[in-house]
Amino acid sequence: MVAEGVLAARETSWSSAVSLEEHAVLAASELGSLISTLALEGYSVIGPAVRDGAIVYSAIESIQDLPQGWADEQAPGKYRLSPRNDDSFFGYVVGPQSWKKFLHPPEVRLWQAERQDGSFRILNNEATPEKAKAFLGVRACELAAIRIQDRVLLEDRYRDPIYEARRASAFVIAVQCTQAASTCFCSSMGTGPAVSEGADLVLTELQSGSHRFLVRAGTDRGSEVLSKLRTTAATEADLHQAQDGVQAAAATQVRSIDQNGIQELLYQNFEHPRWENLAARCLSCANCTMVCPTCFCTTVEDTSTVTGNHAERWRRWDSCFTQAFSYIHGGSIRNSSKSRYRQWITHKLAAWKDQFGSSGCVGCGRCITWCPVGIDITEEVRALRNGGDHGDS
Amino acid sequence: MATAVKADAMVTQPYLIRDVSKETYDTFTLKLEPDKGSNHTQFQPGQFSMLWVFGVGELPISISGDPDEEERLVYTVRSVGQATNALVTRSVGEAIGVRGPFGTGWPLEAARGHDVIVVAGGIGLAPLRPVIYEVLNHRKDYGRLVILYGARSPRDLLYRKELASWARQKETQVLTSVDYGGMSWRGHVGVVTSLFKYARLKPSRSVAMVCGPEIMMRFVTRELETYGLSRSDIFLSMERNMKCAVGFCGHCQYGPHFICKEGPVFRFEQLRPLLEKYEL
Repeated sequence: MVAEGVLAARETSWSSAVSLEEHAVLAASELGSLISTLALEGYSVIGPAVRDGAIVYSAIESIQDLPQGWADEQAPGKYRLSPRNDDSFFGYVVGPQSWKKFLHPPEVRLWQAERQDGSFRILNNEATPEKAKAFLGVRACELAAIRIQDRVLLEDRYRDPIYEARRASAFVIAVQCTQAASTCFCSSMGTGPAVSEGADLVLTELQSGSHRFLVRAGTDRGSEVLSKLRTTAATEADLHQAQDGVQAAAATQVRSIDQNGIQELLYQNFEHPRWENLAARCLSCANCTMVCPTCFCTTVEDTSTVTGNHAERWRRWDSCFTQAFSYIHGGSIRNSSKSRYRQWITHKLAAWKDQFGSSGCVGCGRCITWCPVGIDITEEVRALRNGGDHGDS
Repeated sequence: MATAVKADAMVTQPYLIRDVSKETYDTFTLKLEPDKGSNHTQFQPGQFSMLWVFGVGELPISISGDPDEEERLVYTVRSVGQATNALVTRSVGEAIGVRGPFGTGWPLEAARGHDVIVVAGGIGLAPLRPVIYEVLNHRKDYGRLVILYGARSPRDLLYRKELASWARQKETQVLTSVDYGGMSWRGHVGVVTSLFKYARLKPSRSVAMVCGPEIMMRFVTRELETYGLSRSDIFLSMERNMKCAVGFCGHCQYGPHFICKEGPVFRFEQLRPLLEKYEL
């Protein structure tokens, strides 16, 4: 099991890892050649794109598809795109989707079966080989989330072959944040905004002077791709500009979760007036779990054809906020909204550490932004810590 | 912890039904053998499998058979819904899917040389029956065997013939109780904890294995402690919703545990802070 130190180490490594020789500069006009090089290498490139008023991750063919010149304004229960006053490609923070959509797909067929000679046989049980994907624009918090899902789906007792195949082939191009949304709290979770390990390439978009990217390879295959691009040597000034940007993204974060004694806080406050206060607001809609980059829960659906000769098992994302989630014969274990939110937050921030050696939260703030009633996980933790007898904060 | 397990833990294998026998009006025991091409795996008493009925669905069911009887898997299923009903209405010769066995077993190694106290409520006797078989098959390896079994009514008592034959074995005591006796019941009436006063064993050298409704286990564990058993010698088998049985689906989360992986059999010490919590 991976120690908590791995994530903690990531936080501090930016400044210590910075060395001039490791870096190069890619002109903004060359970003397109990164995309085409990846395509030539056999990857289908997935990156940010504007769709339906949000930045989502989808297939990218050229820089035309990227959300150039767009920013996202985020607040509890609020997400709006607004034009930037520059031509940044990655001038937004995070959208509603995360990379788990590709690594741990929302629905996947596990197997099929066909009746045969009074028994049945299992058909093409192997997951269909998919084209390897390159993820362009992975944020530090998202990279941390991928590492967290690795621990759940690959590094525990069993390995999920579906996740494993997708994860092993994915080429990760991280883009460091140089700004934070009002909902961000990666600094307090020790997961960002600097990217240290786990990416094949790490980019930082720089605007002051010329529009360019500071780039560094994190792996051999990253170096290989980098060697095929037209880059120039990085200067101290480039490095400082990148560092300043990342530091600004950390310094401007207004939200945080105090990690001190967080497990005891949640375990010892199983009964707390705040849960009722929360339940009066929570709609049990499951949005927080759908947008969360680490929530991994799934259900299975068994289907059969009308003839009854062919059956399939599908795995779909599920949420601990539904009543059916905890159903056993006789009824559901968690009937109240209070018990479901408590389950989610207690698992995410406390039990996850017991089970997988790190927090299940990366501080991306999606659950705050995409909660239709603006429930703020950081505020809820604070209220549990300091709140009054009536659950007020 | 890091035992490499094949990816196909998520894929079911066909097994053929060799026998279906009626235990009570709603509970049946199925005996299964692997169909050609399926790999048979030995199980530990206390483990469970995921049983799948073609086109209907899949359920976690504890293994209730004799661990010394190889090549067969035995399950006792109470029909309470669509999928369990589909399971118990299969005919001999039909195929169903089996995944597993999964989870932790009862501490039989540790119990060797000790008295064994089995406390079961309702269908909770099914996952404990392999323990009883094991103790009786290797009688001299264990001390006394005391079985305390509670059911709702006489017609809900499982394995009635076997209960009678177990009671005749050496150093074995079987005590049953029902919540509602009816006119013809001459046995004990009351919750299972009311049987403790009749149990003959040495609490200080006993290992307890408990399975039943959570409310029952809450009271049984209190009673066992009062009786003098150490918390570390009490083991419970827990139940939660299960979809994957391999720790991926999250449904069986119970405090910091996944019941499919770290359970279903837990040491009472692990569960003590959790058992009294409502809607956990």
